[in-house]
Amino acid sequence: MTEHDFYLIAAIMGLAVVTTVTRGFFLLSDREIPLPDWARDGLRYAPLAALVAVIVPEMVMSHGHLISTWRDARLYATAAGTVYFFWRRGILGTIVVGTVVMLAIRLTVGW
Amino acid sequence: MISFLSSLWRHPESRRGARDMVPITPGMSAWGLVTGVAMVKSGMSVGMALLMSLVVYAGSSQLAVLPLLANGASLWVVWATAFCVNLRFVIFSAQWRRYFGHLPRGQRLRMTYFAGDLHYVVFVRRFPEAKQVPEQVPYFWGCVLFSWLGWQIPSILGIFLADQVPEQWGLGFAGVLALLGLTYTLLVDRKAWAAAAVAGCAAVAAYGLPLHLNIVVAIAAAVAMGLTLDHWIPDSSQAPHDEEPLA
Repeated sequence: MTEHDFYLIAAIMGLAVVTTVTRGFFLLSDREIPLPDWARDGLRYAPLAALVAVIVPEMVMSHGHLISTWRDARLYATAAGTVYFFWRRGILGTIVVGTVVMLAIRLTVGW
Repeated sequence: MISFLSSLWRHPESRRGARDMVPITPGMSAWGLVTGVAMVKSGMSVGMALLMSLVVYAGSSQLAVLPLLANGASLWVVWATAFCVNLRFVIFSAQWRRYFGHLPRGQRLRMTYFAGDLHYVVFVRRFPEAKQVPEQVPYFWGCVLFSWLGWQIPSILGIFLADQVPEQWGLGFAGVLALLGLTYTLLVDRKAWAAAAVAGCAAVAAYGLPLHLNIVVAIAAAVAMGLTLDHWIPDSSQAPHDEEPLA
């Protein structure tokens, strides 16, 4: 075991605590933590917002900047997945169609 | 443990939970594979990467801290970064409480490790009303144990096969596509579309913030937008969840 390994073990154990604390933040206490009504109402938009906030930068940014080219396989994979979803309403097909388009473009034109 | 698992295996609700995860699992598995590869490529040993995959089990925060760990950053910076990336779970935990707040604390603690955001989205499609019913617990376990395997098996494969998975394939994008499909299922009315548009713009505009706080900014902006629209336009549909099947 090197010193870096001990550092990593400490980091990983702390990260496990972070996972548990964040996922259980309001769930773990025995007493109800009061939330105002407006927060309760507004939070129904939170799952949607969290998903969008995670995926949009993955689709249109690279190296921290908005991409300024159409030569990016991700755009076509996203478009293909979107068309499939609104045609058939299936998540599995969205993944498969998008990934196939992505790999086809990456492995042929190399965008 | 064994009897718990075998009773779950027989329970129709836990089977249903697992089945409802099937359509998004390929995307999650691709993402798990990429996370496994990324851990080893960042210089971690196989043992450390396995430990991280199994005990941390939060893909987005694992990926966010890898560069920090590789540079030997201060532990507090590592943990604070993960905390900020995971802040969205704090919001979800308030929602989980409405379903599971009455359970014994030990059981709640076991649930928290597994309670990712995707499970919440799938769970709320099955139980749109925040009313406690007995089917919720086996459904939850079916959902989370199935997707735990769907994440950990490819993640571990990625750890061992790190050198055989070419990065230029961009397989991680399959995970993004899974989330994209899941997002579309939540876009049930114009208010949801507006909130999503605001969240997307805010996430890109605030991308430069440290500690991935752009996600928190985007959630705040979308919630503000949603509340404003709720105030102006009386509800057309009470909950933004419909009963369409996922697949």
